Amino acid sequence: MQTLLLIAIGSAIVNNVVLSQFLGICPFLGVSKKTETAAGMGGAVIFVITISSFVTSLIYKFILIPTGTQYLQTIVFILVIAALVQFVEMFLKKSMPALYKSLGVYLPLITTNCAVLGVALTNVTKEYGILEGVVNGFATAFGFFIAITIMAGIREKIEYNDIPKPFKGTAIVLITACLMSIAFMGFSGMI
Amino acid sequence: MNKYLERVYNGLIKENPTFVLMLGMCPTLAVTTSAMNALGMGLSTTVVLIFSNLLISLFRKAIPNGVRMPAYIVIVASLVTIVEFIMKAYTPALAKQLGVYIPLIVVNCIILGRAESYASKNPPVLSILDGVGMGLGFTFGLTCIGIVREILGAGQLFGFQILSLKWYTPINIFVMAPGAFLVLAFLVALMSIVRQKMEAKGKPLAEPAGCISGDCAGCSMSATCSEKEKKAADAEEKSE
Repeated sequence: MQTLLLIAIGSAIVNNVVLSQFLGICPFLGVSKKTETAAGMGGAVIFVITISSFVTSLIYKFILIPTGTQYLQTIVFILVIAALVQFVEMFLKKSMPALYKSLGVYLPLITTNCAVLGVALTNVTKEYGILEGVVNGFATAFGFFIAITIMAGIREKIEYNDIPKPFKGTAIVLITACLMSIAFMGFSGMI
Repeated sequence: MNKYLERVYNGLIKENPTFVLMLGMCPTLAVTTSAMNALGMGLSTTVVLIFSNLLISLFRKAIPNGVRMPAYIVIVASLVTIVEFIMKAYTPALAKQLGVYIPLIVVNCIILGRAESYASKNPPVLSILDGVGMGLGFTFGLTCIGIVREILGAGQLFGFQILSLKWYTPINIFVMAPGAFLVLAFLVALMSIVRQKMEAKGKPLAEPAGCISGDCAGCSMSATCSEKEKKAADAEEKSE
């Protein structure tokens, strides 16, 4: 239990996926203009990463290791993730239309989100079991959710500020990310 | 300039993936802690890009349009796996430093972007040169950022102490995570000034194509993405 808690806090806050590992920068910069859309994206990422880290851990443990084909991990994981996202999208559309309406638009964007593949690969390198892998996946995605929602909140306020012309747009967002990253470094004493 | 050299020039300068198109931001931020890491990452991406462009261009008529994305992903992922093993065998220290970012070359938008927008429409030789140009342009961009961060953050260049620690106190934060965002922010601001100057001269630069532009228009996957959104919207209209 304690190890799981440590993994969760470590991946969600201390080694935040966006702010200290730089995975999933694209949606972090692209979809963080409004708090609602950012939260929607964050929700979709939590959903997909939790499922994908479960599925990839299963595949690694019960297919790749017994057949001695661990070297195929990158190819297998990216294909599984791409197929999984499609499947999740179809499943949600048919059986949970309400959830699909709020998350569906973001699902295709997630296929190429490097955080999804990143988590699957980290689970393997850190030799996490299935439960640990799922906890790590959920916590990493939750870290993404925290980062993107805070960023969207700040960006809504930045709109009203007087920013030097060259820094308008992406540059000021990156400076904000820098300050957030410094703030998140403060958590590194936690574990 | 003949069309072959033009490809290399296009990738290196005119549509430089780091400075002008602003593609592949994840590795740009993550591995530029030192010039050496940046160079290693840039070169391994270049190798993958050259071979993926070659293979995709060779098979461009054989791959059915409907499954082209999965086909490209399989090609790129296989190449990345090969490159990863070569690096682990011959440059183990570098491979360890770059860690998970080597397999993540698969999702680097430069590679799928070039596959989708260039290699799938052009003959092999031109595609190879496009890969060379874009790859070296990316390497050049990464190494520049790496040099700036390494000098400011550690006073070193490619591991050699060039600023004496007697009078220079390294600003450690530049080699840590926040420094990456800060350097990139200033780069983006600088490029926006350059962009304005070039526009005033009547020679506008190419627009940023990546995620950094804030919309998905330039993303390599936008074709599959927007098609889907359109289909979803159509389906919704019909059902209503």
